[in-house]
This record gives sequence, C-alpha cells and structure tokens, in this order.
Amino acid sequence: MDKIKAIYNKIGFPRFIITLLLFLFIGIAFFLDLSLASMFTDILKRFGMNAILVLAMVPTVQSGSGINMNLALGVILGLIGCLVSMELGLAGWTGFGVALAIAIPLAALAGYLYGLMLNRVKGQEMTVGNYFGYSVVSLMCIFWLLAPFKNPQLVWAMGGTGLRTTLTMDDSFGKVLDNFLSFEIMGVTIPTGLLLFFALCALIVYVFSNTKTGLAMRVSGSGEKFAISSGLNVDRYRILGIVISTVLAATAIIVYSQSFGFLQLYMAPLYVSMPAAASILIGGANLRKASIAHVIIGTLLFQGLLTVSLPVINIISEGSMAEIIRIVISNGIILYALTRKEAV
Amino acid sequence: MSLLKLEGIGKNYFGNQVLQDVSIEIKAGEIHGLVGENGAGKSTLMNILFGMSVIHSTGGYEGKMWIEGEEYSPMTPLEAMERGVGMVHQEFMLIPGFTITENVKLNRENTKPSLISKILGKSLEFLDFDNMEKDTIESLNKLNVEMDHKQKVAGLPVGYMQFVEIAREIDKSNLKLLILDEPTAVLTESEAADFLKIIKKLSELEIAVLFITHRLDEIKEITENITVLRDGQMVSSLKTSDVTPIDIAALMVGRDVKIKKTNKRAFDEDTPIALKVENLKVLMPGELVKGIDLEIKKGEIFGIGGLAGQGKIGIANGIMGLYETSGKIYKNGVEMKNNDPGAMLDNNVAFLSEDRKGVGLLLDEPIDLNIAYNAMESRGRFFNKIGPLTQVDKAAVLQNANEMIKLLDIRCRGPKQHTRSLSGGNQQKVCIARALTFEPEVLLISEPTRGIDIGAKELVMDTLVRLNKEKNLTIIITSSELAELKQISDRIAIIAEGKLNGIFTPDTDDVIFGLAMSGENVEVVANG
Amino acid sequence: MIVPIVFIIICAVGYYFSGLAFDFVMVEMFFRLSRNLLLVASLIIPVITGMGLNFGIVIGAMAGQIGLFIIANFGIGGMTGITVAMLASVPFAVVFGYLVGQVLNRAKGKEMITSMILGFFANGIYQLIFIVMAGKIIPFSNKDLLMDSGVGLKNTIDLVSIRKSFDTWLFGDIVNFPVMPIVFVAIILLLINRFFKTKVGQEMRAVGQDMHIAEVQGIDVDKTRLKAIVISTVLAAWGQIVYLQNLGTLNTFTNHEQVGLFAVAALLIGGASVEKATWKEALIGTFLFHLLFIVSPPAGQKLMGDAQIGEYFRVFVAYGVIGISLMLHAMEKRKKTEDRLRLTIKEK
Repeated sequence: MDKIKAIYNKIGFPRFIITLLLFLFIGIAFFLDLSLASMFTDILKRFGMNAILVLAMVPTVQSGSGINMNLALGVILGLIGCLVSMELGLAGWTGFGVALAIAIPLAALAGYLYGLMLNRVKGQEMTVGNYFGYSVVSLMCIFWLLAPFKNPQLVWAMGGTGLRTTLTMDDSFGKVLDNFLSFEIMGVTIPTGLLLFFALCALIVYVFSNTKTGLAMRVSGSGEKFAISSGLNVDRYRILGIVISTVLAATAIIVYSQSFGFLQLYMAPLYVSMPAAASILIGGANLRKASIAHVIIGTLLFQGLLTVSLPVINIISEGSMAEIIRIVISNGIILYALTRKEAV
Repeated sequence: MSLLKLEGIGKNYFGNQVLQDVSIEIKAGEIHGLVGENGAGKSTLMNILFGMSVIHSTGGYEGKMWIEGEEYSPMTPLEAMERGVGMVHQEFMLIPGFTITENVKLNRENTKPSLISKILGKSLEFLDFDNMEKDTIESLNKLNVEMDHKQKVAGLPVGYMQFVEIAREIDKSNLKLLILDEPTAVLTESEAADFLKIIKKLSELEIAVLFITHRLDEIKEITENITVLRDGQMVSSLKTSDVTPIDIAALMVGRDVKIKKTNKRAFDEDTPIALKVENLKVLMPGELVKGIDLEIKKGEIFGIGGLAGQGKIGIANGIMGLYETSGKIYKNGVEMKNNDPGAMLDNNVAFLSEDRKGVGLLLDEPIDLNIAYNAMESRGRFFNKIGPLTQVDKAAVLQNANEMIKLLDIRCRGPKQHTRSLSGGNQQKVCIARALTFEPEVLLISEPTRGIDIGAKELVMDTLVRLNKEKNLTIIITSSELAELKQISDRIAIIAEGKLNGIFTPDTDDVIFGLAMSGENVEVVANG
Repeated sequence: MIVPIVFIIICAVGYYFSGLAFDFVMVEMFFRLSRNLLLVASLIIPVITGMGLNFGIVIGAMAGQIGLFIIANFGIGGMTGITVAMLASVPFAVVFGYLVGQVLNRAKGKEMITSMILGFFANGIYQLIFIVMAGKIIPFSNKDLLMDSGVGLKNTIDLVSIRKSFDTWLFGDIVNFPVMPIVFVAIILLLINRFFKTKVGQEMRAVGQDMHIAEVQGIDVDKTRLKAIVISTVLAAWGQIVYLQNLGTLNTFTNHEQVGLFAVAALLIGGASVEKATWKEALIGTFLFHLLFIVSPPAGQKLMGDAQIGEYFRVFVAYGVIGISLMLHAMEKRKKTEDRLRLTIKEK
C-alpha cells in the first residue's frame, strides 16, 4: 500500500487524473470504432504546434518568476514577425526565416523591459503579468487597426479598416515545417519538420540550462538567498529567464501559425497563456520547478486529451462538451497548483 | 497561597528533552525574573504557560500547573487569557493602522446592540467607542503614561508601542500574570528606565510579572526572585537580594566544560593577518552590528560569541556582504569590495550560514549540486568546454559528491537525494562538503552545530579542526554555544549590543564570559 | 488620487470630441450607475479584509442568474419576480461564496490570481450544468428556456416580464429615472459603511491589516475571510439581478464573464487600491468608467474615423488600470517591508 502511495505521490495528482482520462477516452474511442490513426495524426500535429509555447514556461519557472502569464507579449511580436514577412510577399523557408529574424530581437528587447518591471513586483508576477498581458493585447488591437500594412492579403478588402482578424498563410509559409520530410506510417502522418523544430528548441533550452550561465539561472530560481550568497545577481538571471521565455513564445506562435495555416490577431493572443500553463503543470511541474520532460509529458497528455475527447464527445454528448472539458481541466489544474502549500 | 505554581514541568521535542523538571512558584504581585542562555528553555517554558499550539502539536508537556490553587493546562492562548495570563511578545502584536484604543480593545471591543444585531446575532453589534475610549484611558492612566488614545499606532516610537501592549494586557479585567519576553531589548536606555517603572506599577496593582531578559542589571533592579535555566534544567530559584549579577552570570553559563584544546597555539606578531575589519557596521535585522574592529591571523580559529540578537551573527553576514554593510574589510591586507558576495568568494573567503535552510542549501536540488556549486560558480570547476560552450560535467559533480559522502559520512540515499529530506546534521555536512570542495583560505561558519545531533556535532567540530591543521585554514566560527567556542577557538570575541565587548582566551573563567555577554564592562583579558 | 484625476481629464477630452449632448450623457449615466454600482460595491468588503480585488464576484453573478432562471422558469414577473430572484439567489451565493472562500484561504497571498482563475473554472462548471445538464438532469418546466433539442439553456433568455420592473417601481409614473435601484444601492452602501463599525466589521479590518496579529489576538482569521467573501458573493448576485432587469435580456453564457473585470476596473479608476476601498471610490469610479464607455466609441469615430478604436481603447483602459494598480501595489508592498526594516534600525 505504501508503495502504491509513493508511486502516486511521484506521479502527482494532475498527471494521474489526466492520464486516467486520456486512457478512458482512448478506450471509448476504440470501442466506438473511431479512427485511431487520424487521432494520433492530430495528437502529433497539435503536440508540435503547442509544445514550444509550453516550453516557454520553463525559463521563467526555472529562474524563479513562476508561470509566465504574459506569453501574449512574445506572441504579439511573433505575429509582427509573420506580418512583416507576409507583407513583403515572402514564402516558404525564406518567409519563415525572415519572420523569426524579425520577431526574435523584438521579443528579446520586450522581454528585457518586461523583466525589469517584473523584478519590481516579486511575488506577484502571475497577477501583474496576467493583466499586463491583457492590456498589451488590447493596445495592440488598436495597432492592428492602424498599422501601415498594405498587402491586400492582410488588410480588409472593403468595409473595414486595418488588418483582418484571421489571415490565411497559404501563399506565404503555411505548413512549411509540417510538410518538411513528413511521411505516413500505418495511417499516421508524422509532421517530421514540426517535431524536429521543437526538438531543436528543446535541445537549445537544455544545453543552455547546463551552461554556467544557465546553471546560475536555475540556482537563482531554486534558492534566492543561496544564489545571492554564491555571488549571483539574481535579478539579472530572472530577466534572462523572461527574455528567453518571450523569445520562445514569439518563435512558438510562428510555428503554431504556419501549422495552423492562419494567423490570428486581435484578442486571440489572450488565450495562449492558460493552456500552456495548464500543460506544464499537468506534465508534473509546479510553480517552482519545471523541466523539458514536464513539457513533453504535459503537452502530450493535455493535447492528447483534447484531441481524443472531441470526436468521442461529439458522438456521446453535446459538441460544446469538449470546450467545457478544456476550460475545467486547464483552470482546475492551475487552481490546484495555486492552492498547494509548497507553491510559494 | 501562590498565584502560579509549576511542578515538574518538562518538554520533549521528538526525543530531545529541551525542558526538564522545572518548578516555580510566583506570588500575586511578584516580579519574577527568568534568565538563561539561548536554548536554555526559556521560550519553551513561556509557550507552555501561554498555551501555544507548538506545544500541543508536538505532544504536549510534562508536569502540572496551578493558578490560585486550581489546575491550569491551557490548550490555546485564548484559554490562557481567560485564566488571567497575558503575554507581551518580543515582536509587537499591534495593528499599525488602528488607533491606540482599537489596539487596546482588539477582539474585546465594547459593543452595544442594535436592531440588526438583535435579529442576526451578537457579532453585528456596533462598537461602543465611548466606552472603549474610556477603558483605554483608564488603562493608560494606571500605567501613568500620557498618550493620545486616538492616535494611530503606526507613528508611535517603539517604547510607546510597548506601553500600548501592556495597556492592552491590563485592560483584560482578570489579568493576574503578565509574561514579558525580552521587553527591553528594543528600547533605548531612557525608555527602558521608564519601562521598569511601569513594571513596578503593575506589581502594585497586584499583577504578577514573569520577566525574561538578558540584562542582568535590570533583573537585579526590579525582581524579587529569580529562576535560572540552563540546558533545559532549572539550576536554581533564588531571592534576588541574595545574589550579585556575577553570581547570576555564573549560574547561567556555569557548566562543566572540559577544555579539550591540548596544543594551545600562540600567534606572534609576525603571523600575517588573514582578515581585518575596521568599523564594520551591518544592517542585519535583529542582529545589528554597530561598528566593530577585528584582526584575525592566518591559521587561527577565531570564535565569536554573544547572546541572541546582540549582533554576533551579523558580523560574518556583513563580511560576506549579504546584508548592507559599511566599514572596511581587508583580506591579506587588500581592501575588499563591500556588499559583494561574489567578490569575497573570488578572494577565497567562504561562508557557511547560520540560516542553513535558506542561505546554506538549495533544498530542492540534489546533494551533488549543493556540494559543487560554489566551486562551479566562482572557480569554473566541473564544467566541460565544447568550443565556446560550457556544459556541466555531471560525472565529475557526481564523483566529487560520492567522495564527500564517504569522507564526511553523509547519511543519504545517494548523491541525487534532495537536501530538504536530509536530517539537520547531514545538511550541515553537505554545507561543509561544499566548503571542502571550494577550498577557501578563510572560512566563516555560523552556528555550525545548531539543530544537529551529538554524533554529527563531534564530526563537524573535528572536521573544522582538521581542516585548520592540515590546510592552515583560517576559521571564524560564530556560535551561541560558548562550550563549543572554547573547545576549538584560539581566541573568542564576545559581542554585546552590536559592539565588541572583549576578546578572551578560551581558558577564561565562565563567569567572565557570562558577564561579558550580558553587556557588563569586563576588562579585556586577551588580545592577540 | 492621481488616477481619478487622469480619468476625469480623459473623459472630458472624450466628451468634447464625442459631440454627445449633455442631457443624453447625464440620463445615460444615471441608468448606468443604477445598474452597475452594486456590482462594484460588492468588491469593497474583501478589499478591507485584505483579500484584494475579488474577481470571484463572477461566481456571485452566476448565482444571480440562477435566481433569474428560476423566476423565468416559473413565469414570475414584476417586482415579485425580482424579489423572488434575489431571495432564491441567496442560498446559491452563500454556498458558492463559502467554496470560493475555502479555496482563497488555501491560497493566501495569491488571492487575486486565484479568484480570477476560479472565475474561469466556475464558468466551465456553469456551462457544464446549463448546456449539458439543463433539461436532462435539471428539470425545467418552461420549455421555452431550453434549446430545441430539449437539452441546454438557450443563449439568450427573455426577461421581459421583469424588464425595468425595479427601475419603475413606485416612481415609474412620476419620473423616468430608476429611482428605487438608486435608493437600494444607496442603502447597501450605507450598510457596508456601518458594517465596518460592528464587531465583525472590526475583525475584518484587523484581519485585513495583519492576519498574524489578528490571529494572536484570538480572531478566527479563516472564518472572518470566509464571511467577507460570502457577503461579497451575495451582493454580486443581487447586483447582477439589478443589472439584468434593466437590460431585459439575459445572455446565458456571456453576461457574467466580464463582471469581475469591469467592476474591478471601475473601483480602481475611482482611486481605490488593492488594500483600500470605500463607497466614494466605488461611486466615482463607476461614474468615470461608464462615462468612458459612453464617450469613447463616438470619440474614436471622430478622431480616428473608426468607432472600433474607441472600443478597444476602453478595453485597454480597463486592463491597463488593473495592471498598473496591481503593479503599484506590489511595488509598494516591497517598499513597505524595506521601510519597516529601516525603521527598526533607526529606532535601535
């Protein structure tokens, strides 16, 4: 009995319950004779789309500023990267590369400024970050309306001003990663490029966290007093964590959009932080500890659950049930993390 | 009949007997002093008397207590208050944004019923400010202090806050016994003098006072009887008029200390100075250092002692730069940058903090990283270089940890165990392992044996002595335990009220140490 | 004080460019105050109790809507309907408030983010109940409320039977103003004010200032915090009922969503902070925030040629004000601990 308890404690409540649900739904799907192959295709694709966003949570948690509730900041700059690349009419790898090349420095700068601010509100990063994110998103709504983009693909043709709400990327770099080296095996499509790109990002984060600087960043987050007494400038490493997180968020939205095939503007960036936060917590992270393993496990479980539950629920219940499950699970998991004793 | 009677009071924390067989009697209106070194059991005794939850959540206490002949065993502070026991804590329990009246009457407000309260219950009765103010003025008058009862507490001088606390206690109409925990520690001299007058006033009101302080002159001045605790045991209970401060000091510290130090070393003029501080001031809350000069010779083991809150802890923290520090610090004659822990480490000065769990360890990281980190950050050790990239050499970190675990006999499940789940002694060994790996020239170590078991204690002390001998490591050891300092130090500095009160040889008489710690002016017996 | 002044200036500029008639604006403001002030007022008690801005009033609004579902189901209209809805919402609000309080007691120091996430979470549960279970597990005798399939509530529910019933109660024939709602909210504000002079109100103030000291002095901190949230939740439920009777339709799944955000923004615009709020700030803030509501779309149209810009500007203001005041609060809190440190040093 004690052993079972120890194993349960190691897995943790979030991982346990989500895994259970996932297997339950896969079981039902199997029973209902749904196409598992197309489900796994979807899971892989959605994993690739979302994993980098979840990865963006790692540096802030590791450097001690907790869950980054303001991924929107990086996302917006990623969108600007995409928009400029599309405005120039670039396509394929060039388009993708230019989008990244524009977004990353912007995100690094914005992350730096945002980090300076967060260091002044230590202990309240999540609340402040959340509302800071919201106000940036609504401010950018005005920007999208007024921005001097001319490409007819981007702006409303008539009856409206400013950029469209949803922009198709078919003529630019849509699917450029997804289609790279992709192949099919047993009916499951493997988006090789997409997965490879995540692997590259994860590898960079991993290698960095094992450099002297990266280790110092982790130590700063793990024990502030210890870090100070070891001669580390904790504030600087916290900013570094936020910069990396913001850059990853910018990269993530470019990857996400090319896979999705559309660019979503206006209020859309508001909705990125919560699912990403839920994912990494499901993966076994808490507000003070996060690793790449948590990212992979959490994204797979969360996206897997969303993907599998949708067709299953469409058959056995209302369609909106899938959305409800997403809301309840993602917020429930975040609540769980917030109300735990060790979540300081 | 005595007001309060304790018989055979004891307390056991997880097999550790911190208080044993204490029996005290206090008469109504008596001022009773309670003295003892840190860890002698004073606060445990208070917690038992006041029904604090720490006592009951750890298995209760032994012995019996009576108030006015009736048995008394409070389970909560509320129960203690109901039986007429009040307490003024060391830290103020006042709400800054409330007026003096509101604080004095907090949670005991006078109320008057209204229509709503008659329907919905007593808690909706309106506050009766007129009567609250009347009571407050009355309590303040009893104490002979003049204060505007409508003033907010936030702006008051510290001394006045203390008066408000006492006013609150005597406003409890049934107050019979007031416990005062180091009440004068935060007061200036003139405030303290006023304060003592007020305590005498209480005594005239037939309220007994249990007065805890380390200032022996105060004890001598106002108490009738004194109880001395040492190592959790009651050493004696005596009449104040029969003893001198020197006697009290002797009772406080006078344990049998066998000085193990065999080869007493003399450091002559030629021995170079490893570390020197001039006019060191450290803004460490609760442990302020108010200007200290020290010279520590190379290869010396230098002890720093004193009572809690007097500033001894602040010295090492200040040298390391963990709290705002001014003054000059020289290492091997070179002036160091203040407030820069990294620079101190780069100059081979390492620090093992008294705050082991906060400063000393990364509790949620494995043992191996904890051991290696100083050497990694400041010396760049344990890294592989791949072109411009550095990568942690995990194998080397692990191997180093394994060696240390063997060397220091760290009891753990393996080098990957997180330090949070280690016992206090093993946590301290991890800290020492970090210093060993770092190989400093000067090691600052604070409270090295606090909270660790006897076996680990010996090992820690032996390791320090060995390092000192084999590597000629200069050690500055700060400890609340005088015996420990005497055991290994070449010289011992005693800090009182943030200042250096003398440097002594370890064979100095304990009475002298006791007096020095209490801030008495003692002739400096040793100097280099 | 600076925040309200800035907003007075913004509103004045917006009003100037909007070209709206003064009479129109004032009448409109009167209605908006009557229907929104109670929701804003429901935030005051948790602020004083030290629990910050209670974004959990979203859950109170849900309780209010449940009250309205009940009267819509049984076809009770007029002032009777509103009274029944208010009474029926109380048990729900008390239970919800109790649960919210329990969660917040486990997240001390992080109440605001927790209450916000709690609002999202409750929204999911709310949808689960009223989309999936309504009509199936929870019986509704009035099938007009349900989707054609018989399961799940409709997206909009007609409240025509109580529309403006409260607004026009007693004085409807005499003046075209919502007299009674204004009187009602005035009474509530007065009661809140008086409440802090009662024993339990004093306990809340003490807990709000310092939980630890309150505890040592024998106040049951957790219970006091629970009471504060329960009262706040009940007031929010009533506030939502007053609000919706004025609108006359209930958007089943969206009406409650923005309640927390807008009420919090209004309170902060009035000059309140995370730690301090009175009826004055609630009144001034509600007035200014809704003035901005009225003037910003036409002002945006005039200035930028696009009403949408004014709309987004308003949203930006709401979020921005909350973000900035939370930031200032966090900074002040850090400074305060540093100051306290310096204080003890000086005194020693």
